[in-house]
Amino acid sequence: MSGTTLAIEGVHKAFGTNPVLRALDLRVAEHEVVVLIGASGSGKSTLLRCINGLLPVDAGRIMLDDDIEVTALGADLDEVRRRVGIVFQSFNLFPHRSVLDNVTLAQRKVLGRSKAEAEQHGHDLLTSFGLSDKAMSFPDRLSGGQQQRVAIVRALAMDPEIMLFDEITSALDPQLVGEVLDVVRGLSHAGMTILMATHEMAFAQECADRVCFLDGGAVLEEGTAQQVFGDAREQRTRDFLARVRAR
Amino acid sequence: MTTSGTEPDTGAPIPYVDPVRRDLQRRKAIRDTVIASVSIAVVVVAGVALVTSAAGWPLVRDTFFSGEQIGSTLPEIASAFWLNVRIFLVAEPLILVVGLAIALSRGTRSPLTFPLRVVATVYTDIFRGIPTILLVFLLGFGVPALGLSGVPNDPLVWGTVALVISYSAYVAEVFRAGIDSVHPSQRAAARSLGLSSVQTTRYVVLPQAVRRVVPPLLNDFISLQKDTALVSVIGPIEALRQAQIDSSFTFNFTPYVVAAVLFIALTVPMTRCADWLNARSARERGAGGST
Repeated sequence: MSGTTLAIEGVHKAFGTNPVLRALDLRVAEHEVVVLIGASGSGKSTLLRCINGLLPVDAGRIMLDDDIEVTALGADLDEVRRRVGIVFQSFNLFPHRSVLDNVTLAQRKVLGRSKAEAEQHGHDLLTSFGLSDKAMSFPDRLSGGQQQRVAIVRALAMDPEIMLFDEITSALDPQLVGEVLDVVRGLSHAGMTILMATHEMAFAQECADRVCFLDGGAVLEEGTAQQVFGDAREQRTRDFLARVRAR
Repeated sequence: MTTSGTEPDTGAPIPYVDPVRRDLQRRKAIRDTVIASVSIAVVVVAGVALVTSAAGWPLVRDTFFSGEQIGSTLPEIASAFWLNVRIFLVAEPLILVVGLAIALSRGTRSPLTFPLRVVATVYTDIFRGIPTILLVFLLGFGVPALGLSGVPNDPLVWGTVALVISYSAYVAEVFRAGIDSVHPSQRAAARSLGLSSVQTTRYVVLPQAVRRVVPPLLNDFISLQKDTALVSVIGPIEALRQAQIDSSFTFNFTPYVVAAVLFIALTVPMTRCADWLNARSARERGAGGST
């Protein structure tokens, strides 16, 4: 199947009287890497949290694979979350569990895998991301970069169809950003469908099939990385990119 | 390992301390120990001398610290104290279970469990507000007076139930504080992996919450251990009641002191344990970890 993995149509979301998403439309095709850029508060994180049902929308529709409507009242959100992996800015590893337990918990309790099966899968993934020697460590013994890589492995262990990355390098020391982006790069080469909010413009330029500039709660401009970074149509996009590059 | 006479190289860096500085530090440590030992000895000797030289001391000694009284009442009071320990051992697990159940009930969000939430809230409001001793009277005398068939008439049972009801209201609040202290992002992370709300509570939130509330819970245990004496007001002969009986024969207060020492002998180790756990969890928080 090479259809649309994710379709977002006219989504609205407000916090109190503050509208964050306003009639936002976005489609992500299978194997596509879509990067969301935009100022803080433009709605990137809110959008990602709406996609896996952590936040309910106020209006509009989010479809997964054309067969499950995330935004339907009474939608099976556990099913949605089984199929959509998300990684947060602040890692959110479970501090009372070892790295391996972090990776196997949901496999066992949600997918019903046996302990041996889940641990095998976990070890395989940890090994392929250079974390095999950390399997028995607790999260507080790991560097930020290692913790974030474990968080990615934890989400991948559920074999999701799409991965959402919510500014996953923003909480890291600059010298640790590279190791995490390498992981994402590897996933994109392996054909994973990715929707990613980031401030790493160089990475977006290199890896994105499509770049979407969010402004005022909607996608103001989208195109290939070359188009958006090289020759943006909208003045506001150009202003944003100029500000980011000036830093 | 190839050459003889050298230490094996473990690869670990060897910390370097200036020998002069190390020597100074060692001498300071010795001096500090000596000063502390001498000063404590002086304080103890002075204190004992001051108390025993007071005019009323012989009377105080005979009234509160009579060796003869200790010898004759200790066995009885100690065996009565065993009842306090048993009340504690029965009540404590029940309190933990009831307290946790109430805390979890208050945390539910479904409209279906709204009654549960109301009951739990009302329960803590009421039973934290009633003096424990009043509850002991109320249940210990009140329930047997109903003469219900199939319901135990033993005041000991109802006194223990009163302690469980009163303390579980406190313990519920301790658990609730622990649950609230787990950052919402932990719940979000667990839910985003597809874990249900119940699974999230069971595997992610509760283990972290319980770890954090162990020190305050121990504090409540210590308090409960003392409050087992409240059951004496409705009849059961535990340490306090036994001391009262012994004392009423002789008009000597040594039996009370004996009972007090027995309580202390149990609560002091518990207090030290709580302190140690507190210090440990503070150290872990300071180090930025929570294993």
